[in-house]
Amino acid sequence: MANFFDNKARAAAAASSSKSKPSELAGPTPALLPWVEKYRPRSLEEVKSQDHAIDILRRMVNASNLPNLLCYGPPGTGKTSTILALCRELFGPELMKHRVLELNASDERGLSVVRERVKQFAGQHLVNPSQQYREKYPCPPFKVVLLDEADQLTSDAQSALRRTMEIHARTTRFALCCNYVSRILDPIASRCSKYRFRALEGGQAAARIEEILTAENVKYQQGVIERALQVSDGDLRKAITILQSAARLVGVGNLESNSRAPKNARSVTEDSDEEMEDHDQTGLSSGSISISDIDELAGTFPPESTDKLLSVLKKGNTSNYNRIAAEITDITASGYAANELLSSLYSKIVFDDLVETKKKYKLTQIFSEFDKRLVDGVDEELVMLDMSCQIAGILAA
Amino acid sequence: MALLVDKLRPRSLDALTYHKDLSDRLASLAASADFPHLLFYGPSGAGKKTRILATLRALYGGGVEKIKIDARIFTTSSNRKLEFNIVSSVYHLEITPSDVGNYDRVVIQELLKEVAQTQQVDLSAKQRFKVVVINEADGLSRDAQAALRRTMEKYSANVRLILVANSTAGIIAPIRSRTLLVRVSAPTQPEICDVLAKAAKKESWKAIPALNERIARESGRNLRKALLMFEAVYAQNPEPSEKTPIPPPDWELLIEQIARDIVRERTPAMILATRAKLYDLLTHCIPATMVLKTLCFKLVALPEIDDSLKPEVVRWASFYEHRIRLGSKVIFHLEAFVAKFMRIFEGYLVGMDF
Ligand SMILES: Nc1ncnc2c1ncn2[C@@H]1O[C@H](COP(=O)(O)OP(=O)(O)OP(=O)(O)O)[C@@H](O)[C@H]1O
Ligand SMILES: [Mg+2]
Repeated sequence: MANFFDNKARAAAAASSSKSKPSELAGPTPALLPWVEKYRPRSLEEVKSQDHAIDILRRMVNASNLPNLLCYGPPGTGKTSTILALCRELFGPELMKHRVLELNASDERGLSVVRERVKQFAGQHLVNPSQQYREKYPCPPFKVVLLDEADQLTSDAQSALRRTMEIHARTTRFALCCNYVSRILDPIASRCSKYRFRALEGGQAAARIEEILTAENVKYQQGVIERALQVSDGDLRKAITILQSAARLVGVGNLESNSRAPKNARSVTEDSDEEMEDHDQTGLSSGSISISDIDELAGTFPPESTDKLLSVLKKGNTSNYNRIAAEITDITASGYAANELLSSLYSKIVFDDLVETKKKYKLTQIFSEFDKRLVDGVDEELVMLDMSCQIAGILAA
Repeated sequence: MALLVDKLRPRSLDALTYHKDLSDRLASLAASADFPHLLFYGPSGAGKKTRILATLRALYGGGVEKIKIDARIFTTSSNRKLEFNIVSSVYHLEITPSDVGNYDRVVIQELLKEVAQTQQVDLSAKQRFKVVVINEADGLSRDAQAALRRTMEKYSANVRLILVANSTAGIIAPIRSRTLLVRVSAPTQPEICDVLAKAAKKESWKAIPALNERIARESGRNLRKALLMFEAVYAQNPEPSEKTPIPPPDWELLIEQIARDIVRERTPAMILATRAKLYDLLTHCIPATMVLKTLCFKLVALPEIDDSLKPEVVRWASFYEHRIRLGSKVIFHLEAFVAKFMRIFEGYLVGMDF
C-alpha cells in the first residue's frame, strides 16, 4: 500500500513488464494491420498535438479520478484513441475488459438498449485486481462507459441517457466522443467536462508521422510530411493512410511491417529478424516518397483546373454556355466530386482581389445554396453545371 | 450469350488497358498485407467494378471468381423480415445495402460484425483478412455509414472494406477519413476507341475506326455504354459502314421526342400529352433524375434554344432535380419542369422577361 499513489513507480513497472512480454496484447497471432491501427496511440503520451486535453487527463489519471468527459472534434484527431489510452492507463489491459463498456454507432443504440446495457454493466460486481496488478495501474473503483460517435444518438436516446447518467453517477463515468458537439443535448453536455480536439498541425503531428516512417523504414523527400498533413486537412488518420499507400507505391520498407506485435512498433527494428513472411514482391527499398506521390494519392481537385474553369466563367454565361458545359463534362468524367469543386471555387473566388466585393456578396448565397443541395444528394453533373452558370452570370455582370 | 461488356471484361490488373498508373498503384497495395480500406469513386461506366475485381484477384488469386449468391434474411427491431442478397467467394463478400433502403444499417451492423469476427476459413489464403465490397456506398444512410466507423477500426485485422460510389459527396467525413480514396476517371475517347478496336478484333468484326470514334463520342466517355452501343450496331448490321446510324436506347429517343414536342407546342394540352410519356419512362424504371437530366440536355441541344436561354433551362432542371430528391412524387416535379420550360421559352419568344 505504501506506493499506491506513486505513479512513477507504477508506470515504470508497467513499462518493464510490457517489455518483457512483448506479445501480451497482440493476441496469439500477429495480423498485419493498416498503419493507422498499428500506430494507434496506446498511452496518453503518444497522443500528439492535443496538449490541453492530454495535460488535464494526465492529471486525472494521477489523481485516479475522472469526471464525465466529452471529446469533440473533426475525424482522425485522436478522440477515440485518447479515451481508450486513458482507460488503459487507469485500468491496464486486463481489468479494462471488465471496467470499460464501449458502445459505438455500430451497436444497437435505441433508447431502451442503452439504458439496459448500461444498467446491466453498472450493476455488475466490481472485479478487484490483485495487489500486484494495482502496483502497475491505479485501478480506481469505478467503471467507464465509452459512448463513441455520440452525435449519432437520437435526441430521445440522449434524453434517456441523461437519467441513466444520474442513476449510475456513483459507480460509473461516461466518456462521450463526437464530431459535432452541437448535436449533443445541452443537459448532457453540461454534465461533462469538454475537450476540443483540433485538426492536427505543426511540429508534434509531423514528429509522429516521422516516427512512423522511420519505424517502417521509409525514405521520403523533404516537405512530404508537411504536404501530407496539408492535403488531409489536419486529419492525422488520413495523412497516415496516404503515406502508407505512398510507401507501397514506391515499394519501400515492407519487410519490417511483417514483424510481430504491432504495439511495439517502436522497437520493430530490434526484432525484425524474427519470422518474416514473404508478402513483398516489390522487393527492397527502391525509392523515396515525393510530394507529387502525395498529391496524386490525395486526389484533391487540381488548382490548375480551378483556374481554367474560372477563366471560362469570367466570360459570363450568355453566349458562353457551350464552353462552360464542356468544362463541366470534363470534370464530371474525371470523377472529381462536386463538393471539391465547390470548395476550391470558393477559396479561389473569395480571395481573388479582382472580384468586386459586391459580387462576392452575391456569390456567398450561391455557395450556401449549392452546399445544401449537395448534402441533399442531387445529381452532381447537373448541379455543377447550374452552379457554374450562375457564378458566371454574377462574375460577368 | 454473354454480352461483350461481360465477355471482354479484363480480369487482372495487367490486362486493364487504361489508367496504367492507377493499376500499378493498386497492384502495389495488393502486394502487401497491410492493405488499407479503399473508397473507389468516379462516373458510372468508368470501370470501377472491373478494377476492383482485378484488385481482388491480385489479393487472392483466381479463387475470388468462384462466386455464389445467397439470400439472407435479416430481422429488424420492429420484427420486419428483410431479404438481402449477398454475392460471395471464400475470400470476399459483395453487398448492395441500399437495396434495403432505410434498413441498411441493420444489415451493415449484423453482417459486418459477423464477417469481422470470423477469420478467413481458407488457411492457405494469401491474406488473413476478408474483403467486403459495398456497392453504391454513397446511397447508404448516414446511420449505416456511422455504423461502419468503429467496425472499420476495431476489426481491421479481419476485414477490409472496398466502398464503391459515384461521388465522395454522399460519404460522411469520418468514413472518408478511414479510407484511401481511389478516383477512377472515365476513359478518354481515344482510350474507348482502343477498347472497341480490340473488341472488334476478338470478335472478328470488320474494324471501322470512324465508326468507333463516333460511338466513343456519343457514349459520353462511358465505356459500358460504348460497348453496348457497339454491340448493338453490329447486331443490327453485320457489315456496318462509317455512316451506319447508332441506335440510341429507346428511352433516350422518347425523351428527345418530348423535348421536340415541348419546344414546338407550349400548351396545357401538350403538358397532358407529355405526362403519359413521362409515366411511360418511369414505369420502365428509368430513374426520374435521369429523365430530367436527359430532357434538359436534349433541350439545350436543340437549335431553337438560344445560348442565352440555356443557363436558365439548366437552372430550373437543377432546381426540380433537387425537389425530386426531397419530395415524394417524382412526377410532380418532372411536370413542373416541363411547365416551367414552356413558360420561359414562351417568354423568350415574345421578348418578355421570364
Ligand atoms: N493526436 C493524435 N496523436 C497520434 N495519433 C493520432 C492522433 N490523432 C489521430 N491519430 C492517428 O489516427 C488514428 C485515428 O484516431 P482516432 O480513432 O482517435 O480518431 P477519432 O478522433 O476518434 O476520429 P473519428 O471522429 O473519425 O472517430 C489513430 O489510430 C492514430 O493512428
Ligand atoms: Mg473515433
